[in-house]
Amino acid sequence: MELLGLYYYWVFAVLLMIGFYAVIAKPNLIKKLIGLSIFQAAVFLLYITMGKVEGGTAPIFQDGVSLYSNPLPQVLILTAIVVGISTTALGLGIVVRIKEEYGSIEEHEIQDRDRQ
Amino acid sequence: MIILFGVFLLTLMVITALAIVRSESLFSAVILTAIFSLLMAANFFLLDAADVALTEAAIGAGISTVLFLGALALTGEHESGKSKNRLLALGVVTVTTLIVIYATFDKPRLGDPEAPVHQHVGAWYLEKTPELIDIPNSVTAVLGSFRGYDTLGEVFVVFTAGIGVLFLLSARPIARPKNAAPAAEPGQGLRHYLVPRIVGRLLIPFIFLFGLYVQFHGDYGPGGGFQAGAIIASAVILYALLEGEAQALRAVPMSVLKWLVAGGALLYGAVGVAGMLMGGNFLDYSVLASDPITGQHIGIILIELGVGITVTGVLLCVFHAFAARGKL
Repeated sequence: MELLGLYYYWVFAVLLMIGFYAVIAKPNLIKKLIGLSIFQAAVFLLYITMGKVEGGTAPIFQDGVSLYSNPLPQVLILTAIVVGISTTALGLGIVVRIKEEYGSIEEHEIQDRDRQ
Repeated sequence: MIILFGVFLLTLMVITALAIVRSESLFSAVILTAIFSLLMAANFFLLDAADVALTEAAIGAGISTVLFLGALALTGEHESGKSKNRLLALGVVTVTTLIVIYATFDKPRLGDPEAPVHQHVGAWYLEKTPELIDIPNSVTAVLGSFRGYDTLGEVFVVFTAGIGVLFLLSARPIARPKNAAPAAEPGQGLRHYLVPRIVGRLLIPFIFLFGLYVQFHGDYGPGGGFQAGAIIASAVILYALLEGEAQALRAVPMSVLKWLVAGGALLYGAVGVAGMLMGGNFLDYSVLASDPITGQHIGIILIELGVGITVTGVLLCVFHAFAARGKL
């Protein structure tokens, strides 16, 4: 259990940075948005990992169970997922408009056109 | 056994994420994101977060994939540029990963009941839910009642994002770039493919039914407005993919969708104001009926309905905005 717990946190760190790498290193705007969703998913994983209680079960009351995991991180993440998709949709909308105005969604091509 | 399964899922997730970043075809990257979300949902389920797993599966693996594909259809699916400053980025990322991993040694171990996160309001919510609200699903109780303000805020964020997408994508482009991809064929959907069409049509009523179950059973089991909204929206999107977008707009026209987007948020706010008019605080449901617990039940069902209506409306509006853009 000890090592698995740390493994969860390590995967969080690795996923966070994989997403961040896509955001800073990839010139394609859609790829950046995908990277941002991975980054976001990593944060969700951290919150849900923290809410777990050993030997507990999902926080839905039932007879014969007395130990439940913490509902609060779950509530925060549940709404964050829906807000996340809405903001991603807004980002995609902006990318589509950029494509229409610049004819490209590659960062350096957009910058070249701006410099002209 | 569960430990092994968890390690397996986490490892698969890292592999998928690496494949997403490395793949040069954006189309495969998007499909891999759907797999990533499904693995994430399974992981949430292992960590006792049934409600979150349901949301992630409906939204991450379903709606988000459709939206990304809709955007790809408008922007092209190949990544042409090579990464700039790749080594610098790799260096920054590696150093940060090591620092974060070093920090994890100080974190409480997984599942520790003494961890600080379990010492404050979380425990109080679990203890007071049966007494004050009396519904089995404490996630819904916290979401709808104890933290009703937060949820109202989230609904307005979803609402604002939906308005933003409509605002961005309903303006006509001033001049169409010459090298833009030719507009897609007017939406015929998959009408000529018999098997997906028949199977899809069979599934749609059941997806609707499941959506309604998730909406109104959220007090007792995993579910609620956020998940139900995503599920119902995905049923309509499936219909649009099968029968063509025009047909879906005939079934649920844009004028109705606009009312849904605003109506759900208004319903949520109105429940709060009704509480004030009846002598309580904003979003205090106890005063809605003569018995405080019945009042809480009524309030939670109404605000979950509001959440579901707004989420359905926003997701469908966004989908139609992307689909309609392709036809300009």
